[in-house]
Amino acid sequence: MTPDVSKAAAPGGRRLAGGLVRWETAVTALLIVVFIGGAGTSPGFATTDNLSFALGDLSEIALIALPMTLLVVCGQVDLSVASILGLCSALTGKLWDAGLSIEMIIPLVLVIGVVCGLVNGLLVTRLGLPSLAVTIGTMTLYRGLAYVVLGTEAITAFPQTYTDLATSNVPGTPVPYPIAVFAVLAIATAVTLHATGVGRSLFAIGAQEDAAHFAGIRVKRIKLVLFVLSGLVAGFAGLVFTLRYGSARADNGLGFELTVIAAVLLGGVDFDGGKGTLGGVIAAVLLIGLLKNLLMLNDVSGDTQAIVTGLLLIVSVLTPRLIAVVREARGRRRGGGPTPSTAPAAST
Amino acid sequence: MSAAARSAPPTLALVNVSKSFGAVRALRDVTLELHAGEVHALAGENGAGKSTVVKTFAGVHRPDGGEVRVDGEPVTFGGPADAQQAGVAVIYQEPTLFPDLSVAENIFMGRQPRSALRRIDRRTMHERTAALFERLGVALDPQQPARGLSIADQQVVEIAKAISRDARVLIMDEPTAALTGQEVARLFAVTRTLQEQGCAILFISHRLEEIFELCQRVTTLRDGGYIGTDPVAGLTPDDLVRRMVGRDLDALYPKQDVTPGDVALKVDRLTREGAFTDVSFEVRRGEIVALAGLVGAGRSEVARAIFGVDRWDAGLVEIAGSRLPVGSPTAAMAAGLALVPEDRRQQGLVMDMSIERNMGLTQLRSLRRETGRGPLISRTVERDRARDWALRLQLKYARLTDTVGVLSGGNQQKVVLAKWLATEPTVLIVDEPTRGIDVGTKAEVHRLLSELAAQDLAVLMISSDLPEVIGMADRVLVMHEGRLAAEIPRAQATEESVMAAATGRAGTGKAA
Repeated sequence: MTPDVSKAAAPGGRRLAGGLVRWETAVTALLIVVFIGGAGTSPGFATTDNLSFALGDLSEIALIALPMTLLVVCGQVDLSVASILGLCSALTGKLWDAGLSIEMIIPLVLVIGVVCGLVNGLLVTRLGLPSLAVTIGTMTLYRGLAYVVLGTEAITAFPQTYTDLATSNVPGTPVPYPIAVFAVLAIATAVTLHATGVGRSLFAIGAQEDAAHFAGIRVKRIKLVLFVLSGLVAGFAGLVFTLRYGSARADNGLGFELTVIAAVLLGGVDFDGGKGTLGGVIAAVLLIGLLKNLLMLNDVSGDTQAIVTGLLLIVSVLTPRLIAVVREARGRRRGGGPTPSTAPAAST
Repeated sequence: MSAAARSAPPTLALVNVSKSFGAVRALRDVTLELHAGEVHALAGENGAGKSTVVKTFAGVHRPDGGEVRVDGEPVTFGGPADAQQAGVAVIYQEPTLFPDLSVAENIFMGRQPRSALRRIDRRTMHERTAALFERLGVALDPQQPARGLSIADQQVVEIAKAISRDARVLIMDEPTAALTGQEVARLFAVTRTLQEQGCAILFISHRLEEIFELCQRVTTLRDGGYIGTDPVAGLTPDDLVRRMVGRDLDALYPKQDVTPGDVALKVDRLTREGAFTDVSFEVRRGEIVALAGLVGAGRSEVARAIFGVDRWDAGLVEIAGSRLPVGSPTAAMAAGLALVPEDRRQQGLVMDMSIERNMGLTQLRSLRRETGRGPLISRTVERDRARDWALRLQLKYARLTDTVGVLSGGNQQKVVLAKWLATEPTVLIVDEPTRGIDVGTKAEVHRLLSELAAQDLAVLMISSDLPEVIGMADRVLVMHEGRLAAEIPRAQATEESVMAAATGRAGTGKAA
C-alpha cells in the first residue's frame, strides 16, 4: 500500500530513475546542492540580507509563474505576460505623471491587466486559435502599446511610501512584501491545482481536451478564466516591478516570459499539458533565482546568466527524453521489453 | 487441391512458442499453422495473446521458447523487415497511409518503378496498381489521393501493397471492427480471391459470425495458453465461446422484458445542418432503444448534439420534461443525461490519468460536497467510489492508481460506464458500447444495460452490431442519410428489416 500512497500524492508528475524519484524531488535536491555549494564558495551568499535580496529580485518571475503553471498544465501558454507587465508599468508611470494618486492607479492598471488577459482568452476560446500563436501576437501588440503610452522615456519620481513597500521586508522577517504576497497566492494556487475539482479539470483538459469536454468540464470557460488570471497577475507584477525599481519604462520586464516558462518546464510541468506540480515549479523558480544571484555575486555578466538559464531549460526538456531512451535501450538488452528488437539477425 | 495443401508443410507456423513480458506470460506453448489456400481464424478474449501472436509473426517479438517456421524451416525474424522479406504482411484495423499521396504512390512507396534519369515512372506505377486492383476485384482509382478514402478502402490499399510485395501470408488483425456490412462483404470477397490464389490468411475478429462465414479452421487461445485448433465446420458459436472463455456464457443478449415508464428523453424535430435533419423520437424509462444505421448516417452526431458537445440549429430536447439549452454538456448532465461516447480513447477517457480519477471526472462537484470541506476534493471518497464501481462492474485491474491506458479495451469501457453510471443518470446514451471488446465483456455490458433498464433507466444505444441491436433493443430507430428512416418494434426487428431501412430501401415511414 505504501508505494500507492506516494503515487497518489504525485498526480501524473514526472519521474526519474525508473519512476523511483519524483522530478520535483530532484529539482529540490539540486536547489539544496546549489545552496550549499554557493554558501561554500561565495562568502556573501548565505547571509540573510543577500537571500532576502535574492528573493525580492524574483518577485515578478515568481508571481507570474503561478498562473503560468496552471496554463501549461492545461495545455496552454501565455507568452504575452512580460509585455502586459511592461504595458502596466508604462501606464503606471503615465497616470502618475498625469497627476493620479497611486491608490487610483492600482485598480486602473489591474483592470488593464485583466483586459489584456481577456483579449488573449477570447481569441483562444472563441476563435479556437492556438494560445502559442495568439500570445506571440499579443506579446508584440502589448509591448507596442506600452511604447505608445510612454515612448522611450522613464518616469521615476514615485512616492517613497510605495517604493518602500515594494522593497522592504515584512516586519520581523527577511521576507520582502511582494514575496509574502507570492507565498499567499502560491498556497491558494497549490490547493486549487492539487486538491479541488477545478485543478482536476485542468489536468484532464491538458491531457485530453476532448475527453474533458465529454465529461462535462467547461473547457472554454476554464481556459478563459486562466488567461484573465494570467493578465491580472502580470499587471500586478507590472506594479511591483515599477515600484521596486522606482522606474516606469515601456521595456520593463523584457524577456521575462521566457524565464517564467523556463521555470515552469524545469519544475517538471509537461509542455504538452496534463502533468506537473506547483511544488516543482516553486523549487525551479528558487533554483533559477539562487543561480542568478550566485552568478551576480561572482561578477558574471548578464549574458552568461542568460546562457545558464537557457542551458537549464534545455536540460529540463532533454532529461526525461534521455531517460526514456536509456530505459528503452535497457529493455532491449534484456530482450523482454515490448520495444521492437532491431538487432540484426539473418533469416534463412 | 486441399489435400495437396495439407501434405505440404505450412507456409508459416508457430511451434510450441512461449513468450513472456517480465512476469506476464503472454504465450505458453502455442502452435499455429497457416496453410496456403486457407483462411485460419484466431479466436480469444482480449488479453488472450492474439496480438502477441500477430507481433511474433510480424517479426516484432522474438519467441522465448519454440520456433517460427517458414515452409517448415525454422527461422529467426530479427525485425519486421525479415518477416516482410519472408512474405508476411499484416493488415491492421486502422491502416496508416500517407494521406497526401495517391493510392498508387502509397502502394509503391520506396519501390517506385523508374524510367530514364531515375524519374518515377507514373504510368507504369498506375498500370501496375490498376492490375493489382483488378486481381483483387475492387474498383479504386490508382490516382486518387489516400485522403478521404474510407477505412475499408484504405485496408484494400494495404492489401494491394502486400500483394505487390509478393506476400504469401496475410495477417488481418480485426480488419472488420470499423466497417459497415457492405464493406465487410467486399473485404471477404477480396480475402476469398487471395485464398484461391494460394495465400495463407490469418483472420482475427471479435465477431464470431464472421469467423463462421469466412474461415476453415480456428485456433483458440485463452490467457496466453493454446486451447486447440478445430475445423470451423464442426463447431457451433456456443462451442467456440466456451473454448474462448472456458465456461458457458450466459446468454449474450440477456434482454429482460420491461413495461416502459414515463418519457425520459424527448427529441423533437432536431436539426443540425450538414449532419442530421428533423429527427424526432422518445425514449421511456425502462426502455432500451437502439439507434441503427450505416456509419455516417448521423447517429453519433445526434447523440453529440443531445448531450451538448455539438450545437443544434433547430428543434428541442427534453430530459424528464425539462428542456435542455443548446450546446451545454454541463446542463445536460445536471438534467440527468449521460453519454458513453464512440471514441473511448479520445473522448471517453483521459488515457494518462489513473482509473480512479477517470471515474471521478464526471462527479467533481459531488466529490466536493460529500467532504463538507468546502471546495476541496476528498481522495478517500474518490477512491471508495471507484472501488465500489470497479467491484460492481467486475473490473480487472491491478491498482486504482494505475493509468487507465494499461487496461484492456473491455476494461477501459467498463471505466467509462462506471464514470457515467456514478452520475446516477435518468437517460444513458451509449455509442457503440461493445466495439472492439471481447465476447465475455460484451455479454457483461449487455447484462448491465439490461439490468439498468430494469431499474428504470432510459437507454439509447447506438450500434453498428446488428445482432446486438436485434438482441438488446425494445425498439429500433434506423437512420439513413441524416434522417430517421424507420422505427421498428422489437417483434419485427430482424437484420433484414433494419438493413433495408438503413440502406434506404424500405422507403420512409414505419416499415413493418
